Amino acid sequence: MTTQTEIVRAKQSVGGRIASALGGTALRVFLVLVGLFWLVPTIGLLIGSLRTSADMSESGWWKVFGAPSQMTLDNYSNLLKDETITDSILSSVMITVPATLLVVVLGSLAGYAFAWMDFPGRDWWFIGVVGLLVVPVQVALLPVSELFGEIGIFETTVGVVLFHVAFGLPFAIFLLRNFFAEIPRELLEAARLDGAGELRLFLRVVMPLGAPAIASLGIFQFLWVWNDMLIALIFADSENPPITVALQQQVRFFGDNVHILAPGAFISMVIPLAVFFAFQRQFVSGVMAGAVK
Amino acid sequence: MASANAGGTAKVAPPAPTPRKSVTGTRRMVAVLFLLPALVLLGALVLYPIGYSLFRSFFDSSGDFTAFDNYKTLFTDDSILTAIKNNAIWLVVAPTVATALGLIFAVLTERVRWGTAFKLVIFMPMAISMLAAGIIFRLVYESDPDRGVANAVAVSVHDTFAESSAFPQAHPSMKSPLKSAGGGAFITKDPVRAGTPVVLPLTGVPPNEMPDDAKAAKAARPDPDRVTGTAWQDFTRGKGRGEVNAPDTAEFGYAGIKVEAVKDGEVVASTEAGADGTFALPKEADGAQLRFPASNFREPYNGVDWLGPSLITPAVIGSYLWMWAGFAMVLIAAGLASVPRELLEAARVDGANEWQVFRRVTVPLLAPVLAVVLVTLMINVLKIFDLVFVIPPGSSKDDANVLALQLYNSAFGDRDAGVASAIAMLLFLLVIPVMLFNIRRMRREGRR
Repeated sequence: MTTQTEIVRAKQSVGGRIASALGGTALRVFLVLVGLFWLVPTIGLLIGSLRTSADMSESGWWKVFGAPSQMTLDNYSNLLKDETITDSILSSVMITVPATLLVVVLGSLAGYAFAWMDFPGRDWWFIGVVGLLVVPVQVALLPVSELFGEIGIFETTVGVVLFHVAFGLPFAIFLLRNFFAEIPRELLEAARLDGAGELRLFLRVVMPLGAPAIASLGIFQFLWVWNDMLIALIFADSENPPITVALQQQVRFFGDNVHILAPGAFISMVIPLAVFFAFQRQFVSGVMAGAVK
Repeated sequence: MASANAGGTAKVAPPAPTPRKSVTGTRRMVAVLFLLPALVLLGALVLYPIGYSLFRSFFDSSGDFTAFDNYKTLFTDDSILTAIKNNAIWLVVAPTVATALGLIFAVLTERVRWGTAFKLVIFMPMAISMLAAGIIFRLVYESDPDRGVANAVAVSVHDTFAESSAFPQAHPSMKSPLKSAGGGAFITKDPVRAGTPVVLPLTGVPPNEMPDDAKAAKAARPDPDRVTGTAWQDFTRGKGRGEVNAPDTAEFGYAGIKVEAVKDGEVVASTEAGADGTFALPKEADGAQLRFPASNFREPYNGVDWLGPSLITPAVIGSYLWMWAGFAMVLIAAGLASVPRELLEAARVDGANEWQVFRRVTVPLLAPVLAVVLVTLMINVLKIFDLVFVIPPGSSKDDANVLALQLYNSAFGDRDAGVASAIAMLLFLLVIPVMLFNIRRMRREGRR
């Protein structure tokens, strides 16, 4: 048996090594080309955002490699003087931060209850929540806009935040309940014996131990809300929209306003990209856990 | 406790039994307090809208009961039918191609040292908004090859393989000896004779678009053994046409224009005109008709009309793949990491080549992961909105329509709550199988 294996290995090493070396080079070249192909659109946007509108209407962004002096930060400084843009960034923050925190807090509370509390029909309730994972937001757009209209929070930040929280909760509860359920029972019992109450147990034991899952969830929800356009388009205050909606309003005049759109899009990408690069691992595990969403 | 449960599944009625009893002997009131905020929000903003949409879908825009009329509208209204058709294309193409790309990337990067860097590049677009991706691709797809990178590439590739024509707007004038030969070519009305110079006058090329090497047109010298002639721009600036059908000194030759001699529909000889427009064809051309093939006059290639009505959906799907292939890749790579090495090694030892190992061992082992990726992407694609809202210009918006966009337009543009609710129910109906699948999986896992 062993000898057979050795023979096969030896055979491979005669002609196979050259072939695999060649194949290896071809593979590397291919991957580099694909990688470049994937980067080109973003590079185009970045360079486009650094050229004047006159240069942009004259020639493609790739011409900048022959004339690096075309690069200028003017578009950015003009844009950051524009109050609609700075206000919209602020507005994005005002929506994203509470929507993320609320999902984390409410999701943790419910996830803990589903994992460790005893009440009738617990698993049925949880299965109901899991069922809601895949409900498309589109189903709720019209009914909720009418509902919000009646209680007076249509086109307000509160409304957008509540909508995001509601549609973030099924995933949050699903993720956190499963993670909390893995916490060793002895830890909770020990804390209980020390006289910790329900709230104390939750804050001092469950939340710290659940930190990795909570981080994944927070990052995921943050990006989801920050990047959302549809919900903000309908529920946000149209006088004070978040950055995605502010930019979307510019897209209608596409052509003469690349000097606004390109840097604007890039500014809107800076925060998610920073979060992405800083928390890659949590982001990836969030994506993997969310594969059912 | 856990082991007692594992043996006792049979007696347990659904749902899952309770492997973890409360550690705290919780009072119900506390459980309610922990759950209430989440459940109230879910009930009011997720559950209630489903019921309301179902109810509302049976009433028309002004609130009168119409039974199933709104659902009939879904399958009769042109704009909604376009949306359904496009959604079907999206559902079939986007998840499959994204998964295939993800699989290829995951497998190929597995043994490359800088595979992680590559994965980062592919995965990065997932972090940005669909709006930003839409703006990025609006720039990529711009039709002017001097601005949009996709067409810049298309044009340079095209021009490498096919020469561009020099005289796109040239055409015979009124009294010309040339007539149209169909398909953009021009042909002499009469056969030509060796020894008698032929005049082939054309007009219509703006002076600044004439070839750089064009010189003053000359009358060709007669040659008894050859068919000679001149092809030139029979138009003199300022004084109109000069002498009609004869080259003037102020007129320029069509340098490099192709001339063919055609007998009985077959090309017997061909040549290109010199800088002064003169050309000479061998004796075989005697008695043939001379033709300017259509390639002389073809419009310059300007690339692909990505954002035009016919390509808009594939173009938007392209931008989606750019965003989501990374998602498929990451999930598949994780699945790949858990494939036992020994199995692959055993197959190789048995003499399977890399393709066979991939096809017969890796893919079957990955099947569950591939299914999850496909289903996730399908749900995602079903709801596709932002990219379709942002990328298509006004002229091809209707051709790019999808259900989520149609719902938005029906609800907030046409103000037809009935039709909008019917579309919402259609979307909801389509995710129900996945919902049931998730629930089944949950219950299975709970029982374990």
